[in-house]
This record gives sequence, structure tokens and C-alpha cells, in this order.
Amino acid sequence: MSHRPITEDDLHGYVDRVLEPERQAEVAAYLNDHPDVAKRVAAFTGQRELLRAAIAPVAEEPLPAALNLSRIIEQRRARQPSFVRWAAAALVLLSIGGIGGWSMHGALQASPGGLAALGQEAAASYSVYAPDRVRPVEVRASDSAELVQWVSERLHRPVKAPDLTMSGYRLMGGRIVASPHGPAAMFMYDDDRGSRIVVLIRAMSSADQNAPMTPQSQGDVGGFAWAEDGLGYSLMGRAAPQSLRPVADEVRRQSRPI
Amino acid sequence: MQDMLVQVEPLIPALRRYARSLVRERAAADDLVQDCLERAVSRWHQRRDGSVRAWLFTILHNLAINQFRQSAARGSHVPIDESNEDDFSVAAAQDQKLMYRDVMNKLAKLPKDQQAVLLLIAVEDLSYADAAKVLDIPVGTVMSRLSRARERLQQELEGPSNGEASNIVSIRSARE
Repeated sequence: MSHRPITEDDLHGYVDRVLEPERQAEVAAYLNDHPDVAKRVAAFTGQRELLRAAIAPVAEEPLPAALNLSRIIEQRRARQPSFVRWAAAALVLLSIGGIGGWSMHGALQASPGGLAALGQEAAASYSVYAPDRVRPVEVRASDSAELVQWVSERLHRPVKAPDLTMSGYRLMGGRIVASPHGPAAMFMYDDDRGSRIVVLIRAMSSADQNAPMTPQSQGDVGGFAWAEDGLGYSLMGRAAPQSLRPVADEVRRQSRPI
Repeated sequence: MQDMLVQVEPLIPALRRYARSLVRERAAADDLVQDCLERAVSRWHQRRDGSVRAWLFTILHNLAINQFRQSAARGSHVPIDESNEDDFSVAAAQDQKLMYRDVMNKLAKLPKDQQAVLLLIAVEDLSYADAAKVLDIPVGTVMSRLSRARERLQQELEGPSNGEASNIVSIRSARE
């Protein structure tokens, strides 16, 4: 038997029966020798039993319909088709906008400022989230359906996470990040050596609906930015620009309507 | 969502029990639990590793605390003794019913944070560490708060069976 002094915490642990068996026995022996403390502990044990008995019947009541979990899950699912319908409508509107936008091509070239701002935002997201070892992304790639739904809802249009496996980058996941132009979708990828890149997507201002791909850099973070059909894209990382260009081309290829 | 159903559904009675103990009124308590379950469904994929039980109690506890803050800000408050006697212990025999109602009324005299720690540990069997997570306080604070809660409830229980005077507590402290 050890000679560790009995603490107040031990007494509560004894009442709640969470002590190791040896310690439980030591406390019992102590209480045997200290009737005043034993009286207090007995009172605590008594109130514990009384409380449990008084509240127990609530857990025995049949669950009301509103607390039927299957129903709550179904109701949540039932809300999703309306989103899908809405997204389809948005696609039609976008393609109409795209045709109209193309005829205005040239007239609506993005100002360099618009793309530079986008590139800086992507570089900032890269600098903040890519070195993060704990939680670089909020929603992981394993939940990519949820991620895509989330960012599409926030950007008010269908947004897909580009699949860059052919370029050697795996999707890690993503999150919504703040930008001066509203919510932006950030997707993060890494390659086999663990080097990461981010792809940032957000709505462009009306003056910057379309813009050709241009190189962007911010300190030692570099990459590309472009805009199509009102959405701005920027891919940023620490890898050499010539190695990132084909990856950016792949992102652009996938974002275009087939 | 199937794993969620399997892990969460069995805990709903315990969530109801905790909500009812804290807010007393049946409809209000079940509304809180419903709110908690809806949040749990929508955030299921965002939860971190660890006990699902502690995660659910955290959501529920925060909802309850927010509600207390809001009703305190509005100044509305349902006096304990006016609460519907059928909200507790429907199945119990009459004399037991009175005893149970009495202990719940006495529990309700404790500060909310003491009620919460006592309910989570003594009734819901959360570990001290999980209770600390739910209440967002260090384990040391859980222990001291638990100790104060037990002392205080004991004073209440040794007092008169139903508070004729609400300020009886200060007099009772000289009970020895």
C-alpha cells in the first residue's frame, strides 16, 4: 500500500467510482479511520444516487418525433436536391454569360490590378495554410463532396476541386478563406515529396470577368492567375514557375465547360 | 451518415436528460436537443477525434448556455417553483415524486456552472477530462467546481424541504 496522501480529488473520484481499484481501497481504508470525512463522502454519494434517480425517468420517456435522428438526417438530405436544381440553373446562366462574355472579349479584359490582387490573396493563403502542420485544410479530401458543396454554396456557383493527380498533386482538402472580394475557395494539394500548392478561386469584379493567365509572385511564393467567366483562379506554391505552369494549365482546362 | 446514426442515436435519451435538468421545461429542453442534433448532423464531418459523447454534450451545453444568456438579457425567467410538476418523474410513485421534485428544485438553486458540472459527472458519467472539454475549463477547475457544487447541494438538502425563504442559504452555513 502506497503512502500517497488522500486528496480532496480522491474523495470525489471515490464518490464517482473512477479511481483505480488500489486507490479506491486506500480511500476506503482512510474513510474507515476518519468518520467525519466518511460522513461527508457518504452524503456526496447519497446526493449522487438521489440526483440520478430523480432525473433517470426523463431518459425512459419515448422520444418525440422531432428528435427522430433518421428524420433529421432525411430533412437535411431533402434540402439538397433544391441546391442541385439551383446549381443546374446557375450553370445555364453561366454559359449564357459565357457566350455573351466571349463576344465582349477584349472589351472586358481584366485590369492587371485585378489579377495581381487575386495572386496576392492566393500567396497569402499559401503562406498561412501551407506551412500549417495541424490543420492546413478545414475539410479533408475524404469529404470532398461536402467540400465542393460548401464552396459552391458560398461562391454562389458550382465550383469543383481540380483533379491534379495526373500532374503529380493529390488533393488534401480545402476551406473557405476571406478576401476583400468576399469568400474565396482554397484547395490545397501536395506531391510525393510533401511540397504543397494552393488553388484559390473567387468571383472577380465586373471589370475583370476574363483575363489571360499571367505569372504572379509575392516574395518567394509564386504561380499564376487568370480569370474566366467571372471566376478568378490563382495557383501558388514554392516550386519553380516553369514546373507550376503545366499544373495551372491543367486547372484552367478542367474549369472550362466541355 | 450511417455511422452517425449508430453512434449518436443511443445518446439522445442522455442528451434529453441533461437538457431537461438544466432548463427544466420539457418543450424548451427538447427544442435544445433538436437544435443540438441538427448541428451534429451538419457538422458530423468536422468533428475531431475523441469521444462522440463529449462532442455532443459540448454542442448541447453551449446551446443551453447561449439560451440562458439570452433570456437573462431579456430579463425573462421562469421561477423554479412554478415549473410544471409533470416535467419530472412522471413514472415515479407519489412520495418519490415529491422527493425527486424537491432535489431538482434544490439543484436549481445552485449557480448554472455548478449544476452543469454536477450533472455531467454525477449523472451523465462523463470523465473529469471530458467534462473539462464540454465546459471549456481546465480539469483543476472542474474538480474545484465539483467540490463547491457538492457542498452547496448538501447545504440545500439539509435545509427545509421547500424554500420558504430564498435567502435561507446564508443562515444554513452555520448548521454545525
